[in-house]
Amino acid sequence: MRYLANVVTLEYDAGLCTGCTNCTLVCPHAVFRMEDKRAALVDRNACMECGACARNCEPGAIKVRAGVGCAAGVINGWLAGSGPSCDCSDGSSCC
Amino acid sequence: MQERSYAWQDGVVRTGTDEVPRLRTALSTRDRLGSWAARWAIGRMDYSVAPGLYAVGDPTPESPVLVSANYKLSVDRLRSVLAGRHAWVLVLDTKGINVWCAAGKGTFGTEEIVRRAQAAGLERVVSHRTLIVPQLGAPGVAAHVVKRECGFRVAYGPVRAEDLPAFLDAGMKATPEMRRVLFGLVDRAVLIPVELVTGAKAALLIAAALLLLGGVGRDLYSLAGVRGVGLPSAGLFLSTFVLASALGPILLPWLPGRAFAVKGAVLGVLVAGTAGALALSCGWPLAAFHAVAWGLIVPALSSFTLMNFTGASTYTSLSGVLKEMRLSLPIQGTAAGVGLVLWLVGLFFPFGVRP
Repeated sequence: MRYLANVVTLEYDAGLCTGCTNCTLVCPHAVFRMEDKRAALVDRNACMECGACARNCEPGAIKVRAGVGCAAGVINGWLAGSGPSCDCSDGSSCC
Repeated sequence: MQERSYAWQDGVVRTGTDEVPRLRTALSTRDRLGSWAARWAIGRMDYSVAPGLYAVGDPTPESPVLVSANYKLSVDRLRSVLAGRHAWVLVLDTKGINVWCAAGKGTFGTEEIVRRAQAAGLERVVSHRTLIVPQLGAPGVAAHVVKRECGFRVAYGPVRAEDLPAFLDAGMKATPEMRRVLFGLVDRAVLIPVELVTGAKAALLIAAALLLLGGVGRDLYSLAGVRGVGLPSAGLFLSTFVLASALGPILLPWLPGRAFAVKGAVLGVLVAGTAGALALSCGWPLAAFHAVAWGLIVPALSSFTLMNFTGASTYTSLSGVLKEMRLSLPIQGTAAGVGLVLWLVGLFFPFGVRP
């Protein structure tokens, strides 16, 4: 299954890649692949913006606005006057 | 209901001066009942085990260390795949939330790993310096920072616990398949109960309001109206909610469109069409205003319900969800609002299809 195309905030600067392979290990949707000892962004539209790659990229070659793609969380955030929050730990039951 | 009976504990393992509880690898009937209840959102927000270090089998200082969340379902899943093995399990305090959701919030994260490893004196318990962290914990964990802060290297394990034995046997190597998150029929179906329970309160309130309002009409208020208009209206509303919550997740890959709101609207049109055909073929009286009203309300409700399933899915991005909400919320709201007005008008002008 594929979600909306051309919407994600994922940005990758191959020039900063040190070839550690972390992004290819943590991404649950195979957005990155190793090519010639560097990571290549091969399936940007499969990105769900979980932020795992960026957090595990020591040289900071990957940037993404990480968040949870959760409509209920966005509505909760609006009602609470804060940002999107899929905060299930406060007694409300979602995710 | 943090588990205090410790039916899942099987004695202790001594590590120098400390005692570490040993986890049973066989799940009991009680464990299975607990999982079932959690799937129905019964006590789900507090279904946890105490954080800290645990043992599986008779681990030695060379045995692997597996990191987990303190959601009981997460620990159950992990220990059940480790039968016949020897390992350490470091359970983080994620407030009883599963690994992936907790990682998104950061409670399953770098700081908690470092804190928990130090609190357990892990560097004295094991001779190696590797932590196996579930891959879905990665959104909250910076492997290089963990290494810097406590000296332990993070090895990202497979997405699914059932792949752990193969991962361990292959020398901590995951195949590409083990690294992919799937969203198969079973993955989607187990989420249906929580979807139903989460929306049930609002759905029942609205259905009750429709039931009572159905009595309003030209003769002010009548029980005949409650029975003839209110009851079928409440029934159709609840049916739509249940069908969207249950059929939506099941039919997800086959419903047209990529946006969940579109998939839900299509499902709603199918539901409304089926209900209309049923009403006609059974000869139920149906006011014209009400026919049009439900033609708008049912797809709007179905669209909204399935849009809210984005949070439970495994492949939607926040940017995508914001985009589809910006486009679909005004349409859903307008359709539902106009539908409601038409329904109210129909109470006073009940002309239409009659048997």
